[in-house]
Amino acid sequence: MKYFKYLILGTLFGIILTKSEVISWFRIQEMFRFQSFHMYGVIGSAILVGMVSVQLIKRNHLKSLSGEPIVLAEKQFSHGTWIGGLLFGIGWALTGACPGPMFAQLGSGIGSAAVLILAALAGTWTYSALREKLPH
Amino acid sequence: MSDLLQQPWPWYVAGPLIGLMVPTLLLVGNKALGISSSLRHLCAACVPAGIPFLTYNWRAEIWNLVFVLGVALGGFIGYRLLGHPDVVNISAATVHDLRTQLHLTDFTGLLPKELFALDNLANWKGWVFLVLGGFLVGFGTRYAGGCTSGHAISGLSNLQWVSLVAVIGFFVGGLLMTWVIYPLLF
Repeated sequence: MKYFKYLILGTLFGIILTKSEVISWFRIQEMFRFQSFHMYGVIGSAILVGMVSVQLIKRNHLKSLSGEPIVLAEKQFSHGTWIGGLLFGIGWALTGACPGPMFAQLGSGIGSAAVLILAALAGTWTYSALREKLPH
Repeated sequence: MSDLLQQPWPWYVAGPLIGLMVPTLLLVGNKALGISSSLRHLCAACVPAGIPFLTYNWRAEIWNLVFVLGVALGGFIGYRLLGHPDVVNISAATVHDLRTQLHLTDFTGLLPKELFALDNLANWKGWVFLVLGGFLVGFGTRYAGGCTSGHAISGLSNLQWVSLVAVIGFFVGGLLMTWVIYPLLF
C-alpha cells in the first residue's frame, strides 16, 4: 500500500509522456532534425518548472510528507558521463525512445517495445558486468 | 474537456506537468525522478550473477519499479483509453526527409512499422533499430548515470553541471546518429 502513490504518479507521468507524443519515434527524429519546437518546448519548460520548484524546496528547507529533510543527491562526474551520454544519444536516435517512453510504448500496445526493453536490460547488465574494465 | 484529453497535448501543457513531477516525488517520498535506474533494479532482482554493481538492496528501490509499472499503465490509458490521432502530426519537412532519406511510406502509429515491426527481426533493420538501439539505451544510460529524466529533467533542475555534460552527450550522440550514421545505413 505504501507504494500506491508511486503507481498513481507513474501513471500520470506515463499519460503525460503519451499525450505529448514524446514517446513517438517520429517526434524524436523531428527534434534531432531541428524541424519543430515541440520537443525542445516540452524538455525546456519541464526543466524550467523543475528548476524553480527545486530551488523553492531548497530555500524553504521543505520536508517530505514523512517529515524527512528533502535531499537530491548530486550525481558524480566520470568519463562515463560523456561516453555513456554519447552512446545513449545514439540509441535514442535509433529507437526514438528513452527509458520512460519504452515502458509507455509497451503499455500503449506496441509489441516491439518489449524487445526494446529486453535489449535495454541486456545493455544495463552488460555495463554492470564490464564496469570495472571501462574508463570512468 | 474530453476533447482536450483526446487531442495530443501542446508542449506548454505537457512540459510544465513533467517538470512538476520532480518536486512532487521529492515532497511525497523524498525520491528523485529517474527511470533508467529501474533497468538496473530489474537486473539486480533477476540476474545479479554475483556482479558487484548488481549486488545491493534493490528492494529498497521497489518504489521505482512501481513508478515504471505506472508509466506503462499510463501509456495504455493515454493512448488506448483517451484516444489518439492515427498519425503523429510532425512537420512536413520531417515527413519529406524520412520519405526521401529513409524510404518510409507508412507514417501511422507512434513508430514506423517499416523499421520496428517484429518481422524486421528477420533482417538487419530489426537488429539495428530494436536490439542494438535498445542495448545502447540500457548501456549508455547506466554508464552516464542517468537518462532524459534523471539527468536532463531532475539533474538540470538541481543545477548539476554533471547532468549538463550528460545532456550535451545525449544530443551530440543523437545528432551523430541522425545526420551521419543514418545516411550511411540507407
